[in-house]
Amino acid sequence: MSTLNAPLLAGIPEANRADVHHDNYLTHSRGFVSWAFTLDHKRIAILYLVGVMSMFAIGGIFALLLRLELFTPEASFSENPALNNDLYNQFFTIHGAVMVFLFIIPAIPAIIGNFVLPMMLGAKDVAFPRLNLLSFWIWALGAVFFSWILLGGGITTIARVNMEPEAFLAWRNAWGWLFPFGLDTGWTFYTPYSTTQSTTGVLPATMGAFILGFSSILTGLNFIASIHMLRPKGMTWFRMPLFLWGIYSTAIIQVLATPVLAITLMLLMAERALRIGIFDSTLGGDPVLYQHFFWFYSHPAVYIMILPGLAVVSEILSPMCRKHIFGYSFIALSSIAIAFFSFIVWGHHMFTSGQSPLVNAIFSLLTFSVSIPSAVKVFNWLSTMYRGRIMLLTPMWYVMGAILVFTLGGLTGLHLATISTDIHFHDTYFVVAHFHYVMMGTTLFALLAAFYYWYPKMWGRMYPERWGQIGAIVTIIGFNVTFLIQFVMGAQGMPRRYATYETQYEFYHQVSTVGSWILGLGLLIALINLIAGRKGKIAPPNPWGANTLEWQTSSPPPHDNFKITPAAGDPYALRRWRFVHSNDPAVADGWELKPEFRARQEAAGPGHRVEHRGMGDHLGSPEKTPGE
Amino acid sequence: MSAIDPTAIPHGQDPHAGHDAAHEHHAHPPHLAHHFDTPEQQFDSGKLGMWTFLATEILMFGGLFCAYAVYRYNNPDVFRYGEHHVSTMWGAINTIILLTSSLTMAMGVRYAQLGQNSKLVAMLVLTLLGGAGFMVIKTIEYSDKWNHGYFPGFLNSYDRDQNPEGFQKNVVDKMGSHGDGDHAEAGYNDDGHAEPSPTDPLHREAGAGPVEHQQPGEAEAPMTDPQQQPPAGVQLRHLGPEYLDPNYGSPDAAVIRPTFQTRAGITEQVVETHGVEYTDLDVRQQSHVKAFFNIYFMMTGLHGLHVLVGMGLIGWVLVKSLKNTFGPEYFTPVDLVGLYWHLVDLIWIFLFPLLYLIH
Repeated sequence: MSTLNAPLLAGIPEANRADVHHDNYLTHSRGFVSWAFTLDHKRIAILYLVGVMSMFAIGGIFALLLRLELFTPEASFSENPALNNDLYNQFFTIHGAVMVFLFIIPAIPAIIGNFVLPMMLGAKDVAFPRLNLLSFWIWALGAVFFSWILLGGGITTIARVNMEPEAFLAWRNAWGWLFPFGLDTGWTFYTPYSTTQSTTGVLPATMGAFILGFSSILTGLNFIASIHMLRPKGMTWFRMPLFLWGIYSTAIIQVLATPVLAITLMLLMAERALRIGIFDSTLGGDPVLYQHFFWFYSHPAVYIMILPGLAVVSEILSPMCRKHIFGYSFIALSSIAIAFFSFIVWGHHMFTSGQSPLVNAIFSLLTFSVSIPSAVKVFNWLSTMYRGRIMLLTPMWYVMGAILVFTLGGLTGLHLATISTDIHFHDTYFVVAHFHYVMMGTTLFALLAAFYYWYPKMWGRMYPERWGQIGAIVTIIGFNVTFLIQFVMGAQGMPRRYATYETQYEFYHQVSTVGSWILGLGLLIALINLIAGRKGKIAPPNPWGANTLEWQTSSPPPHDNFKITPAAGDPYALRRWRFVHSNDPAVADGWELKPEFRARQEAAGPGHRVEHRGMGDHLGSPEKTPGE
Repeated sequence: MSAIDPTAIPHGQDPHAGHDAAHEHHAHPPHLAHHFDTPEQQFDSGKLGMWTFLATEILMFGGLFCAYAVYRYNNPDVFRYGEHHVSTMWGAINTIILLTSSLTMAMGVRYAQLGQNSKLVAMLVLTLLGGAGFMVIKTIEYSDKWNHGYFPGFLNSYDRDQNPEGFQKNVVDKMGSHGDGDHAEAGYNDDGHAEPSPTDPLHREAGAGPVEHQQPGEAEAPMTDPQQQPPAGVQLRHLGPEYLDPNYGSPDAAVIRPTFQTRAGITEQVVETHGVEYTDLDVRQQSHVKAFFNIYFMMTGLHGLHVLVGMGLIGWVLVKSLKNTFGPEYFTPVDLVGLYWHLVDLIWIFLFPLLYLIH
């Protein structure tokens, strides 16, 4: 077992140089209970990592099955068209619901946010560690509900295929309560289909989504309190790492939007179980009200999915380009602006649902305004890259992929925000391609970038660089092959959510399906690579030369991160660090604090918390940055 | 910030020498979690978290209020008719009880801050009693409705289409076993003995307040569904459109059948006492009558659930205060539970006029 050479530890206060191989958060205590009931934010992040990525695998398998079914225009799953259509409906519903509720929404905030956020704040933990653990177990309970649907759907389908129709109906009557027949409403649970028509497990699914909402709320609440109360000395609002701005904006949306989903699903459950009728026009209710309620949550939720991804891009770009981030305050405030706009654009999901033309026009205008902060981000990223010394490492490949697909997805969003074109594009593959570009492409690439970027901090090892890059390139190519052609297909009129289609679309579907295989291969390479990295070189505390606080403790961090709180300064003052070669072949190269800054850092003494009296204080406070 | 040798600071102790010198040389405060630097920071974090949580609660009930508004806009007369079935008096008493319990809770927080533990305990007990009183009255109100068969959803007496058996069970059976006493108070008329003629469903005796819509046996309009034929000898009351309206089921039903707007011919007293009657509603709204009960049970039910959670929290704080946990140094749980209790009170302040007072 090697030890780190002294230069690599320079810049890390003496007290924070834990002997990582004997005491870090991974080895701090052992046994199932020490993990399942840990209050350590880093271990909770690992719990989320395992759970959320398992759900991603399930959702991904269903996505591959969907693409496989669409390879030919005919029904491919079964000779029986009714069975084939039912299976297809259930598959895209499970794919959507699992990916949205169980994967994308918790992915970056709960995995990366939990792991990194307290360390970026120089804190020992989030503000409410017990709430954090509760949040994970609530998530797990929600996952149980969806697993129940999967299991029930599988068993029921087997029974349906193998039993005579009469026997199957009798079996359903006897055991249907235990085995919900999958889910076929789409992840949106639109009424009145979900309340009066569907024979599938709407109640377990909505109950699961309802429960998952509380997990999301508690995580957001925890992050808001942490960012308000736990910032270290020197970290004013405009000295926060941009990742924290993104997570903060996300948390605001989580806290303000998710309760509306909770009440909506509660009313939906009451309607299905008791015929309460608030969304049923035959009982005096209004089905479009459900769409309003649902999208009042779910449109902001789209930004719950993407804002953390944009935050990761903003965070990783600067150290990877060896250049201070360009337009810091614009990127920071654009996150807040996107969070704000996210609440006032939900009506663009209902352009064809019978809204008045005036309302449509207003929502269209407001939707266009989202493009302003989004473009602000993209241009600032490009300006950061311009004349930077770009390190083409794996995280950077994914970040560039994320910028590419976010730009494409954002630009096609303008077509959908335009009412006249949306009437044509509505419910076609154009929409499918658009939201996969922004939600899935951007967020997934950002998540993978984050996995690679914080891999050394999380596991204390370096991943294999070459295969990491190969995986990244294959993933980016596969993604674009899968979804770029869906824009064309959608513009030509291919509707979404159909198992069979006209032969004129066959070529497009086949390209898309082949693309999904490439994408799957790329993700498989990334998975194997990340697992193989556990045997990689030992990681130095700061392998990227980044200046945020999580790199100023050992890799992996000790149980409580910092014995003393480091003082924070400009998070992108990268010139404080210089590259050093490791003198031990088992240890990877890293970056050390330059001697002149080291002296000033030590003279400044250890940091402490700023005094918090709420948001707005200390904005632009003239506090001197140590070493700047 | 003075330069402190970091290695000299034992882990977990507060090294802060800045704004609160009193803490510097003291031992670690007993209630301070390891990841906070000062008790103030911990208290502020808790308070910020609680306020954020209350914001989520407001938004959740906000969705319900929005649903109420849309529902009421779609069915205005149903809601005016539904007013009969709630007791403004019980609602007002409950409002007073809940407001008073908020006062005692606020006083409890103050006594916790002052370290007067016995008074804190007394205030918490009073608050708990207030919550319990609220729930008892809520139970009285609910059981009154349930005795009349006004269950939520398809169990409701008015839901004949979905649940003819339930309708008969809830209405017909209960009518037979029901006394006359409390119905007038609820404003619901089912104890009449008038002999209505099919052509005049509004006919009744002045002052007695009965509305006998029709006797099915005498109905001129044919039954749309033979399965809905009541057993021989049973008198159905509160019959639906298909009993009242020969054109029920036709697209023009609502147009052909005149809306009973006027109370002419009925005594003035009845008009003042009862406002909108079932037969005042047009056909479409008659089929939506249970809407009022649905939103009523959703709103008061969710609020009642919050009252129960609040009572549990107050009980938890009470147990802690009996162990003399709180004082000027540490009163966070009392404060936060108080905030929650005030929110429960605040929501009721909106529910009461929406469900009991608006006519």
